[in-house]
Amino acid sequence: MKYSTVVLLKIVVWAACLGPLAWLVAHAVSNTLGPDPTATITFTTGLVTLRLLTISLAISPVRKLIPKLAWLIRFRRLLGLFAFFYATLHLATWIALYAGFDLHAMEGDVVKRRYVTVGMLAWLLLLPLAATSTNWAIRKLGGARWNRLHKLVYVAAVCGVIHYWWQVKPGVLTPMTITIILGGLLLARPVLALAQRRKPTPVAKAAGV
Amino acid sequence: MLIGKPPGIPSSAITPKDQYLNRRRFLRGAGSGLAAAGAVALGTRSIADVFSPGMSVFAGAKLQTVPSPLTTTGEQLTSYQDVTTFNNYYEFGVQKNEPAQNAGALPTTPWSIRVDGLVKEPKTFDMEALLKMRPLEERVYRHRCVEAWSMVIPWVGYSLSEFIKQCEPLSNARYVQFLSYYDSRVERWASQTTIEWPYSEGLRMDEAMNPLALLTFGLYGEVLPNQNGAPVRIVVPWKYGFKSAKSIVRVRFVDRQPPTTWNEQAPNEYGFYSNVNPNVDHPRWSQKVERRIGLPFYAQRRTTLMFNGYGDQVASLYDGMNLKRDF
Repeated sequence: MKYSTVVLLKIVVWAACLGPLAWLVAHAVSNTLGPDPTATITFTTGLVTLRLLTISLAISPVRKLIPKLAWLIRFRRLLGLFAFFYATLHLATWIALYAGFDLHAMEGDVVKRRYVTVGMLAWLLLLPLAATSTNWAIRKLGGARWNRLHKLVYVAAVCGVIHYWWQVKPGVLTPMTITIILGGLLLARPVLALAQRRKPTPVAKAAGV
Repeated sequence: MLIGKPPGIPSSAITPKDQYLNRRRFLRGAGSGLAAAGAVALGTRSIADVFSPGMSVFAGAKLQTVPSPLTTTGEQLTSYQDVTTFNNYYEFGVQKNEPAQNAGALPTTPWSIRVDGLVKEPKTFDMEALLKMRPLEERVYRHRCVEAWSMVIPWVGYSLSEFIKQCEPLSNARYVQFLSYYDSRVERWASQTTIEWPYSEGLRMDEAMNPLALLTFGLYGEVLPNQNGAPVRIVVPWKYGFKSAKSIVRVRFVDRQPPTTWNEQAPNEYGFYSNVNPNVDHPRWSQKVERRIGLPFYAQRRTTLMFNGYGDQVASLYDGMNLKRDF
């Protein structure tokens, strides 16, 4: 792929990823975040986190299915880091607007409320992944170890979806869509691995772009 | 058929907005004229005078009210816009903005409440009878949702106790159950949940007879918008919002605690009493604080008051009860 195309695509991805934040800031300034701005901020940052995580997880199976799209890998780190960025904003919303910086209240929430516990766990799982996202860290850890560590992203995504389910009222089915998509992506790995073992394809060659 | 969507509306059939607004203005004019006539004839000025049988109770039509000593003072009202577009009415969608978009499907005329169970004799009250029963009062109440948000709303209605007296319950009636309108063909959104419909709520008789409990017909001086529970609902300001059943079609007097929707759905999360209580957390969030609707994000947070601040009037109802167990 041409260098200029890559630059252009990176700009597009950056703009798309910053879009939700820009939207939140613009509406916060004009106080048009809706009747319950705190809830709007929380819901938006949470949902964007899950969506970015899901998209980043889709890249690997899509490459395997469509070798032509192997270049998508160049954007996975960016998407993953933006997912962590929105997860951090989500966490900050809880600390500032729900707990009001009250450490005692936060401690109580983490211990007593399983959806807070599992949400916090998801963020903590993403933390080492964000920290080891540099080329330097990849070299230092070695590809195999780095790969193994970054499998944690699946655990974090599952925790994120559980966090969503435990937070909505019982009987409400809104987290269903993202759950089905994520479930499909989790299944795609073993299914694709199995298919590959049966019929070797030149994926390795394509991945070496 | 009244219900269901027509296959499509040609643009030629759409009433221009000015004419549509004129209709509303006409209705208001007609209303005040009739009310004046009623005032002359009966020596009263009650809103019920403007409604005759067969006349539609349009959302937005003005209601005549008298002041009430039971109104809450010193609170900034939540805007009409927020009160009518941020709603929990799951039969019309689970997102807060959905009821305002979908509740237009609710056929509010004609409407009546059927009263049965432990009563002298079963009765049916139509809207005209309900509106004429007592003068309508304006009552500003704090409204605290179990989801930890709150509003301040100027309701229009009269004490539920006045209505209950007309129902003539028997002495062995210990609870009163409220059932909301339900038709799966109208409320298609209800199937997005696993909840069993119709919506059911209930109060102990002494709670229902407390003068703060309001049989409600309007807000902001106008007939209730559908998404707010048109045409008649209850408002129980010292309890979490879901206790205040909307669009009531049936009232049953019973001797045992009736099944109530959210309590059946998750008994560990939503108690039968569900009094606003900052000392009993919801399993999934603290009830110590709430977010006031309509304020900027940095100004929403405030402390939740015991019985939503109505303890002076209602705390005695629960003397000797363990409110941590009977939450």
